[in-house]
Order: sequence, then structure tokens, then C-alpha cells
Amino acid sequence: MRKRMIHAINDALFEEMERDERVILIGEDVGASIFGDTRGLLDRFGPDRVRDTPISEAVMGGMAVGTAAAGYRVVCHLMYANFIYTAFDAIANQASRLRLMTNGQIRLPVVFMAAGGGGRSNAGQHSDYPHAPVASLGGIYVATPSCSADAKGLLKTAIRTDDPVFFLQPTSRGGEMGDIPEGDHTVPLVSAHVARQGDDVTIVAVGAMLRIATRAADALAEEGVSVEIVDPRTSYPLDEDVILASVRKTGRLVVVDEARAAGSVANHISALVCEKAFSALRAPIIPVTTPDLAVAYSPPLEKAMIPGPEDVVAAVQRLIKETGQ
Amino acid sequence: MISNTRAAGSLDLLRMMLTIRKAEERLASDFKAGMLPGPVHLYIGQEAVATGVCAGLDDRDWITSTHRGHGHFLAKGGDPKAMFAEIYGRSTGICGGFGGSMHVADVSKGILGANGIVGGGVALATGAALAAQLDGENRVGVCFFGDGAAAQGVLGEALNIAALWKLPLILVCENNGFSEFSPSSNVIAGDIYRRAEPYGVPSVRIDGNDLDAVLEASETALDRARNGGGGTLIEALTYRIHGHVEGEQAFLKTPYRADEEIERWRGEDPIERYARRLVDQGEMASGKFAELEEDIGRMIRDAADSVADDPYPEIGNLERHRLGAE
Repeated sequence: MRKRMIHAINDALFEEMERDERVILIGEDVGASIFGDTRGLLDRFGPDRVRDTPISEAVMGGMAVGTAAAGYRVVCHLMYANFIYTAFDAIANQASRLRLMTNGQIRLPVVFMAAGGGGRSNAGQHSDYPHAPVASLGGIYVATPSCSADAKGLLKTAIRTDDPVFFLQPTSRGGEMGDIPEGDHTVPLVSAHVARQGDDVTIVAVGAMLRIATRAADALAEEGVSVEIVDPRTSYPLDEDVILASVRKTGRLVVVDEARAAGSVANHISALVCEKAFSALRAPIIPVTTPDLAVAYSPPLEKAMIPGPEDVVAAVQRLIKETGQ
Repeated sequence: MISNTRAAGSLDLLRMMLTIRKAEERLASDFKAGMLPGPVHLYIGQEAVATGVCAGLDDRDWITSTHRGHGHFLAKGGDPKAMFAEIYGRSTGICGGFGGSMHVADVSKGILGANGIVGGGVALATGAALAAQLDGENRVGVCFFGDGAAAQGVLGEALNIAALWKLPLILVCENNGFSEFSPSSNVIAGDIYRRAEPYGVPSVRIDGNDLDAVLEASETALDRARNGGGGTLIEALTYRIHGHVEGEQAFLKTPYRADEEIERWRGEDPIERYARRLVDQGEMASGKFAELEEDIGRMIRDAADSVADDPYPEIGNLERHRLGAE
């Protein structure tokens, strides 16, 4: 079945709310649903389980934690991913550590979901892809779906997970079509997958960057360069084995991440490979990221900032040139 | 109408206040003796608030608490031994030594935990109140917070949503006069209880050192919450006799409050006031108080001593709480 990513997410919410009556959804405009991912849920499940909240991220995030601690499975829709910053006490000081601080008395089946990344001229406060700050907390899964099937499968798993998950859907890719397996399709968290097989270079591509990497790989194939693409699916925890196995095979690594470079998951992946697969490397690792600036508004400025296929092609060409094929 | 106040007799309430007092006094001396690995924030002088509010709760009601949370933990039914062991950092602690003084929690008693973030419990209790409303079993969510937390924006957010959704949420502000080391008159504008008014949430200011006043206000709030009437903000005026944190004299160059002020509040001691009331009204024999004090003092001493040398947690326990470990 082919579906847009936003409809795949909608299906996941429908199916999980249908499956378990203790799943509830709270968030800003979840009834109106500006992205379409929560559309129809209010009508189907009613205002007890689907609640439009005030624009109050601090209390909303904390409520998600409290309601989950008291026995519900809570999906908390924060709309744009930049709004996690206003909810960050709930995510960082509460959700990510109550399990440890209470020695496991409190488990928190909470999904914080939000749309992140650029490409829509949403400007400086609506275009971040903030997986790294959440990944740095250590106590919360960070899911970074790249396609319809993974969006559905990861969200369904996230809702069934007894620990918090940050589900970061790409703002600019909601309309993208993709094949989805029939039935109760779930994708395990921490299960990186090889999206394309190749021999010469590994590209680890996070979230919406999978499409960019795929376009780059198509272009490079015409030059005779064979690219392997790994989609980590969760940027925390990382599925290290799949990434390392690919680098051991190709000896070269480019990491494409829509987040800024400073303190990034891209750097973390690079460090991981240096530590654990150093001898397999035939070339330096090249991160391709958004520069360390707020995302700019004007289309040419924004386009220049966010990694595109040409940036990835250039990075790979540099690697090949420096080391020979 | 659902009855709230448990059949807690006057002597039970007095015992609870004394239990909290003796536990805190023990921790004060433990701190001086260097027995505590981390900071402790003591509740001495505020015992009537936790005791009075929790008298109307049972294990199925939820509370969130503060960094000054031992009193709430004990009043809500937490085990003193497990609390001491936790504060000593031992494996037998209520949180296995993972949380410590600022994070004592016992979910089986409805204690969602003390919280080291000022105002951190407000949103959690609001969420617990939502769960209580969804459960439809007349549970409530209670948030203890201080006057310092009244300056956090989340309080306004919580009042807004509690009003809109008629959540069974009881916000109990223990106004002890200080936001950490700043007199709240310097950092808190207006009357805290009146912050509820524009939202249409009923609120009341009471003498938090008068147990009878706390009982009355919390019973009114509980009746409202348990019968679909929504939330309440209670501001209980009280005073912390000890500092913000034990040992603060070591790093504060100048005192931030006058000795006379502390002495004046000692004269308003909630335990002595309640005991005196019971004796005056013939509910307790005059020699009974000294007897209770001694019994409870011994019980606390035994509880603390019995766990003081318990083993520290195994380092391997850290792996328990990694994501993916069950």
C-alpha cells in the first residue's frame, strides 16, 4: 500500500488508539491538525482521549509525564520541533530521568512527537531538527523516521514502549509517498537498516536526509561510484553494529544530518566509527550538516544551508579523489 | 457526597507531625555528623501542611512534592526506614539509592516523587489529575509547591488548563517566606492565592501552622475535586525554621533573616499549637505529649539506625536503567 508519510502517521495513531484504550493524545491543535497527522482522531475517539491543549508547552510536557506516571500511554504532540525547547524541563529534567531516580518505580510510556527540519521557509524558530539535544539526555529514545513505512512502524512501536520516545518527523516530507507493509506494521527502535547496498562509500543519512543521500547516490552511480546508505532510524540509541559493519565494508564514511554540526549526532557517529572501526577507514570522515546558524528564511538562503544532493556528491567525490577508488 | 477525611484521629495527626519533626531533626544531626552524602532541605516548622492535606488522601490519590519533600513522603504513607536508607544512599532505600533526598518517591503510595526542580511537580500533578479524571474513580492529584515556585510560569499554565478541564487538582502552596535565600517579598509580587482568581479557580489563604485550618481547607478542596467541581489553590502561610539547605552557613557570608524572626516563628510551632489545643479541649492528657515525643523519637532513631550501615548499591545496578534494559 502506498501512502503519504503524514497519512502513515495518522494510521499509526488510529491503530494504536484502537488497540489500547489507555492511549491518549494531547497537544496543540490536534483536533484541527495543521499537518494532517492527527486528523479525524478527535471525531473517532472523543474529547476525553484526544485533547486540544492551550499553547502551554511547559505544562503540556509535564502533564504528559504525570499522566503516564499515573497509568496512561500518552502521545504529546508539540507541533513544530522547536517547541520542545519550551517543553524542555518536562523532557530533560522529568521524562528522561524519572525511571532512574525512582529506581524503575516510574516508567513513562510517553511519545513526544513533533515535526522538524527545514525546506518550507518556516524560518529561524520553526525549522530546527533538534534530535541531538534530546539524544544527549540518555533516557529517551529519539526516532528519526525517513519514510512512510518507518514513520508508521516506529510510531506504533514508540507508543507501545514503556520509556519515553521523541518522535521527530520531517516537516518537509509529510507529503512524500512510500510503500507500507499491510497489517500491524511495527519497526523496532534501535534497528538501523541498510537502505541501499554499495561498496565504495557509506553514507549514514538521518531522517529527511535519506532522500538527499539517495539522490546523491543515483548521481554518483553514473560516475561509477557505488554508495551504501544506512538509515539509523533512531539517533539515540544508535544501532552501532549496522553502521560499523557498513564502514568496515566500504572504508569510507559521509554522515548527512540536517541538524547543525555543533554538538551533533553526526559528530557522535564519526567519533563512534573512529573509536571502533578506525583501522577500516581509508579516508577521513566527512560530516555534511547544516552550518552552525539559525535556519534562514529566504528560499535561496535556506537551500544553501540545508544539505542537498550536491553537497553529498561533493563530499563523496572528495573522499574518492583523496584515496583513489 | 464522598467523604474525604480518613478516620484519622487527632492523636494520629499529632503522631504524624511528630514523626516528620523527629525524622527531620535526625537528618539535621546526621548532616552535621557528615553521614549524608548530599544536600538536605528540611521541613521543620511546616509539618501541619503535609499532615493536614494528606489526612484526606489515600494511596490511590497522587501527590507530587518538592526538594523539601520528606514531610510529604511520610504524611502520604511512605516508610521512614526506606526514606532514611535512601537519603543515606543505600541499596535498601525507597529508590535504591538512585534518587536521594530530593527524589524520594513511592508510587505504591501515590507518591510520584519529590522534585528537585522548583515548580517541577506542578505539571506532573496536573497530568496525574488528568489521569484521575480519566479513571473516573474520584481520585485527585495534589501538588505541594513553595512560594518560590509561584514565580514559575508553569503555575499559570496549570491553573489555566485545570480551570478549562475542571481537573481534580489541588495546588498547595506552602508559603514559607523564602525563595531559596531570597525573602519572597523581594521576588514574589502580589498574593499567591489570588493567582487563581482570574482563572475562576477557587482559592484560599490559611494559617499553615494551624493543623485544623489545613484540615478544613483541604477537606473543602477534596470534596470539590472528588465531586467534579475541579481544582483549588490553597496558600498555607508557614515558615521554615531551618535554612534552605543544611550547612548553608558555610557558604553564606551574611545571614538573610533575623534571629528574632526565627524565634517569633518558633512561638508559632504547629506541633505545639496543636498539642496545646488538644490538651485545652480535653482531647489529650497533659502528660501525653511528652510520652508521644519519646515514643516517636525512639521509633525514628531505631528506623534510622537500622539502615545506617546497609550496603551501598552495587555499581552494576546502573545498567538496570539503560534504555532497552527491562
